Amino acid sequence: MPTTDSTTSHDILFPALPYSVHQRAGHAVRDVQLQQFIERATVTKDDGRKLVLEQTFGDRADELRTLAGRIKQHALDNLDHYLEQFIDRATQAGTQVHFAKDDRQANAIAMEIARSIDAKLCVKSKSMVTEETHLLPALEGIGCETIETDLGEFILQLDGDAPSHIVTPMIHKDRAAVARAFERELGAAYTEDPKELTQIARDYLRDKYRRADLGISGGNFLVAETGGVVICTNEGNGRFCTSAPRVHIAFVGIEKIVPRQEDLGVLLKLLARSATAQPLTCYTHIMTGPRRAAEPDGPEQMHVILVDNGRAEVLREETREMLRCIRCGACLNACPVYRKVGGHSYGSVYSGPIGAILTPALKGLGNYPDLADASSLCGACYEACPVKIDIPKHLIRTRQAMVNAGHTKPADRLFMRLWARSLRYGWSYWFGGWFQRKLFRMKAKKTLPTGTGPYADRGWLSKAPGPVAGWTSQRDLPTPTSKSFRHWWDHEHAPSIPSKAAEDE
Amino acid sequence: MRIALFVTCLNDTFYPRTGIAVVKVLEKLGCEVEFPKAQTCCGQPMWNNGFTPEARVLARKMITVFEEAQYVVTPSGSCAAMVREHYEQAFEHDAVWRDRARRLAAKTYEFVEFLDRVLKVDLTELGVRWEGKAAYHYSCHLRALGIKADDPQRIMRQVEGLDVMPLDKQEQCCGFGGTFAMKYPDISGAMVNDKVSCIQAADCDAVISNDAGCTMNIAGACRRAGEAKRFITLAEVIAEGMGLMDKGE
Repeated sequence: MPTTDSTTSHDILFPALPYSVHQRAGHAVRDVQLQQFIERATVTKDDGRKLVLEQTFGDRADELRTLAGRIKQHALDNLDHYLEQFIDRATQAGTQVHFAKDDRQANAIAMEIARSIDAKLCVKSKSMVTEETHLLPALEGIGCETIETDLGEFILQLDGDAPSHIVTPMIHKDRAAVARAFERELGAAYTEDPKELTQIARDYLRDKYRRADLGISGGNFLVAETGGVVICTNEGNGRFCTSAPRVHIAFVGIEKIVPRQEDLGVLLKLLARSATAQPLTCYTHIMTGPRRAAEPDGPEQMHVILVDNGRAEVLREETREMLRCIRCGACLNACPVYRKVGGHSYGSVYSGPIGAILTPALKGLGNYPDLADASSLCGACYEACPVKIDIPKHLIRTRQAMVNAGHTKPADRLFMRLWARSLRYGWSYWFGGWFQRKLFRMKAKKTLPTGTGPYADRGWLSKAPGPVAGWTSQRDLPTPTSKSFRHWWDHEHAPSIPSKAAEDE
Repeated sequence: MRIALFVTCLNDTFYPRTGIAVVKVLEKLGCEVEFPKAQTCCGQPMWNNGFTPEARVLARKMITVFEEAQYVVTPSGSCAAMVREHYEQAFEHDAVWRDRARRLAAKTYEFVEFLDRVLKVDLTELGVRWEGKAAYHYSCHLRALGIKADDPQRIMRQVEGLDVMPLDKQEQCCGFGGTFAMKYPDISGAMVNDKVSCIQAADCDAVISNDAGCTMNIAGACRRAGEAKRFITLAEVIAEGMGLMDKGE
């Protein structure tokens, strides 16, 4: 039986709080191998997404994203109504619907179900919500062996590691790592051949599917009008997990609601294309209730656990839009910061740009004071988002909330206030420029060029003190030129059409 | 056509030649350019860091200084985006200032965008000639203005003698991000070094970079890496190419 070193994987996604990104990010950017893995995977996926959207929808891709965003926003704006409808319809179809306020309640409900059927073995497909609630150790704690069946998650489980990407959880590992894990934990002969590796996993997992009492899945969408749970997978493992065992439990965040079945026609068009540049995932299934009397297969019981776990708080008007997220991972792939720091640097289940706004909102601003700050606000995430979450806007709003709540460092606060004040008046702006010019040019005396004229004679600083030290730790800093633009305007500019102003008067 | 130039604090102090080129090109094209002297900074550093009241003070100043202008033109996508995208958000609870912010936003343009969308210039007709192989750095804030990477390059291709060379990961951020570069040097450094590698791999002598912040960052990292490339704005290319300025640096 594979052992999960739950402390390691736990600490990766649930670090000591308050969490700061600096340490892990610093390690990640120096890890040459990690850089290669992430770079290759994210750039390929990002290029693929752009290409497939362009090829399929051309100019109308943007309209489709707008529509998808509206559908999700409408569902969130009327969440009470649609949740009620979902519960009614799902119950009519024979599904048992539960509501969990937080991670503990969600796990407790699952454990109760597992106990009631005396479950000894559970097969689980990929679910970010179960990562949030840290379900695996909870089930194992009551003697129910639980196997991750998504290939990536399975390997992470063998390694006692944690996912670092919403869609491709083991983006930070390569084939050799898989080979080593299979050799060590499953006693397989070492091979790096993808086909053979897949076969090893398949043989191992097939047996588990046959013997499992309990199957656990997540849910990509909940359809209010039918009570259906939608799951999108590529490996077919989700189908085994939800149909072979006697009992199926779906862990789903309350924000996954869509009003109508036909809304899937919009969202499914975008989900797989945004995630993996596929038109659809290989398997898309809609499950509405357990096995019916005349049906040959399917679980005897189907449960849906609707998980809140901080979402009700994010539903506030200012942050509600964040809950549109359909977990496609496109913003991670597009993000130049994610490409450098990797998923574990975000210190939570949700990484990348969406994690940088969602995590502080879900888990408390003070617990993640710099997550939203560690972004260049380039906007690649917004451009990639299939439901048009304005992530840069929310990054800034999160920063505003941090400042207002007093989570900003006093030194940063003072620096920003002084800077703002100096930009406020003509004289202080002039003085600031003059001082910077004198100081920087004096320090960089040896590098000052000649013969370029006073408007291009920048020198360079290689080492600067104070708040600028961070800049020069990585790159040189240009000095101001000896004369400013203002000086040129006042002293050298001769308007080419001086009489025009008079004519206009 | 009357144009008020918002030169930006970085250009004023570090890259005055960019502002000079903008003035010369616009005047050559028959525009009347004024430079409102009371201007300072648009407030973007404060806004981006979440210091909203401080940003609002500077935004009010900008609005007051520029609201009489027919057009406001700035050689910075980033500062143009601040005025166009964020001023309205900054005054979302203040109807009077929000209206004034909206009116300013509606007439504010990034310089290359202004040439393209308002003046609709064709550089081939103007006989702009500038010899060199240059890669183009697409600055991220152009996204917020609805400007795609190919839009400025379409204009560059009108310059006779200029070979616009392909740059790998052209749309990936250089890692500047204002105070981000100082506060997260490890991350920002990794990002800009990635950019430097792409520039090194491109077959170019110069880099056309129209946002002063990006230029400070990328040129500084190129210099640290011992990579000698000329950094120039499209405004300077055009001004030099029309004989309005001497070939610099």
